[in-house]
Amino acid sequence: MSEVIKKATREGYGAGLVEVGKAHENLVVLDADLAEATKTNMFKKEFPERHIDCGIAESNMMGVAAGLAATGKVPFASSFAMFSAGRAFEQVRNSIGYPHLNVKIGATHAGISVGEDGATHQCNEDIALMRTIPGMVIINPSDYVEAIEAVKAAYEYVGPCYLRFGRLAVPVINDREDYKFEIGKAVTLREGTDVTIIATGLPVSTSLEAAELLAKDGISAKVINMHTIKPIDEEAIIAAAKETGKVVTVEEHSVIGGLGSAVCSVLSENCPTLVKKIGVYDRFGESGPATELIKKYGLDGDSIYKSVKEFVQK
Amino acid sequence: MDTLELKKQANEIRKGIVTAVHSAKSGHPGGSLSAADIFTYLYFEEMNIDPKNPKKEDRDRFVLSKGHVAPAYYSTLAHRGYFPVEDLTTLRKVGSYLQGHPDMKGTPGVDMSSGSLGQGISVAVGMALSAKMSGEDYRVYTLLGDGEIQEGQVWEASMFAGFRKLDNLVVIVDNNNLQIDGNVDQVCSPYPIDEKFKAFNFHVINIDAHDFEQIKSAFEEARNTKGMPTAIIAKSVKGKGVSFMENQAKWHGSAPNDEQFEEAMKDLEKVGAELCQK
Repeated sequence: MSEVIKKATREGYGAGLVEVGKAHENLVVLDADLAEATKTNMFKKEFPERHIDCGIAESNMMGVAAGLAATGKVPFASSFAMFSAGRAFEQVRNSIGYPHLNVKIGATHAGISVGEDGATHQCNEDIALMRTIPGMVIINPSDYVEAIEAVKAAYEYVGPCYLRFGRLAVPVINDREDYKFEIGKAVTLREGTDVTIIATGLPVSTSLEAAELLAKDGISAKVINMHTIKPIDEEAIIAAAKETGKVVTVEEHSVIGGLGSAVCSVLSENCPTLVKKIGVYDRFGESGPATELIKKYGLDGDSIYKSVKEFVQK
Repeated sequence: MDTLELKKQANEIRKGIVTAVHSAKSGHPGGSLSAADIFTYLYFEEMNIDPKNPKKEDRDRFVLSKGHVAPAYYSTLAHRGYFPVEDLTTLRKVGSYLQGHPDMKGTPGVDMSSGSLGQGISVAVGMALSAKMSGEDYRVYTLLGDGEIQEGQVWEASMFAGFRKLDNLVVIVDNNNLQIDGNVDQVCSPYPIDEKFKAFNFHVINIDAHDFEQIKSAFEEARNTKGMPTAIIAKSVKGKGVSFMENQAKWHGSAPNDEQFEEAMKDLEKVGAELCQK
């Protein structure tokens, strides 16, 4: 097996902004004193006149983004997930969501893989918050390649869009000829017959690792990359549940209001199926190296393998 | 328009406010009436707008940061020709395009949805920045309440606007000194308001919000101010024009009953008649 290349999705955010920014002059990037961390500094280097640092004032940044969008620009407002979806929730709801303005929110450092900074900066609630805003598109890319494609797709889509990126370098899994990104269209990464693992973001690659381990035990797991949480690909979820029965969801987010909740909502109304949710269980995160936290919170390949195996054999 | 005509127009706008709020049986007459003269000047004199083409690209923008005074906004837009004055009585009713707080998606002439205090000024700042970035020369106006400036976001936006030298932005504070819980300076005083905006690198002008000569010269001064945004602190009377509503906090957010409506309209008819004799 060739060596696994690892890159953070926030790097893809920066690279995507540069790429789309080259082609489209109306793309404007806003940041709140985190350009080095969110990787919008890559855009700043290329297009300093189109990079607006708003200082440490996320609420105002979201409003400024709304004003830019209302006058024809396509702003990408960037900060950590905690401050984009959390602190500025009401600005996002009322100044962006309600008027359905064409603002893209680039939220990095989502989930526990923030690592050492600990619970105050580990946002496990952003998907839940954003899902409640009518008309908000939510994309949670699984790797560097997908992050770039997500930026491109978000630019093309007209309307508010929340993009979720991570701090930690994760395996590049979508670097292949036939890879295609479409908002709201799930990607089946592996076929299987005994169980379906639906994952989003960081644990998509670890879910693939888990599927490998399950195969060695004779359990055939289908793996779906649900990069778009809203609008969610209902068709893919229902079809998979009909095909394999039991469904497992995996997310680096609270099991309250995230991917697991969205999948359960689809299945309970259309195809009642047993679902096991893997994610953060009603608790705050904590400090520690990201890879150790991922293990502790059951999101590494081995932990997912064990959880799925137990669930399948139950 | 000369001052007399502006006064007549403002009086008609006040009638529209009272009529709309009475019909809705709820809403915010006090702050609407205090802002009526500023609205009149903005829409009948100051701004580059076209009611027949509400979305024309080079129009000046207006963001009603104190979104609860939507009745004043709607009455002004209606009298300016954006939509029929008769529609004011649909305010706050199911299916009406005149929502309790401004909705840019449904109301002709409304440049931004607003209502959650402190947010509109940031959007106005974004619009002003947008014009600067693309070399367009439209101007951006935003109206805030003096209670509203208790919101921290107002000062985030002001810091940004001052720092970015957005001289195409005019922030107007409707300083009627009343908020829901009482006098602004007793609830949580924002004074001195002018000094605060000065500290954020604004050019600041203090005026009487009901004196059209002062309003006119303030907007002219703002237009001639380069390198910094302007803040106009407009000292006003809450409920202005309706005697029993003037300077009463309770008229911030309640509607007149039928009897009170008649009384209010009588006040305004009287003002109108006096103006016609001039």
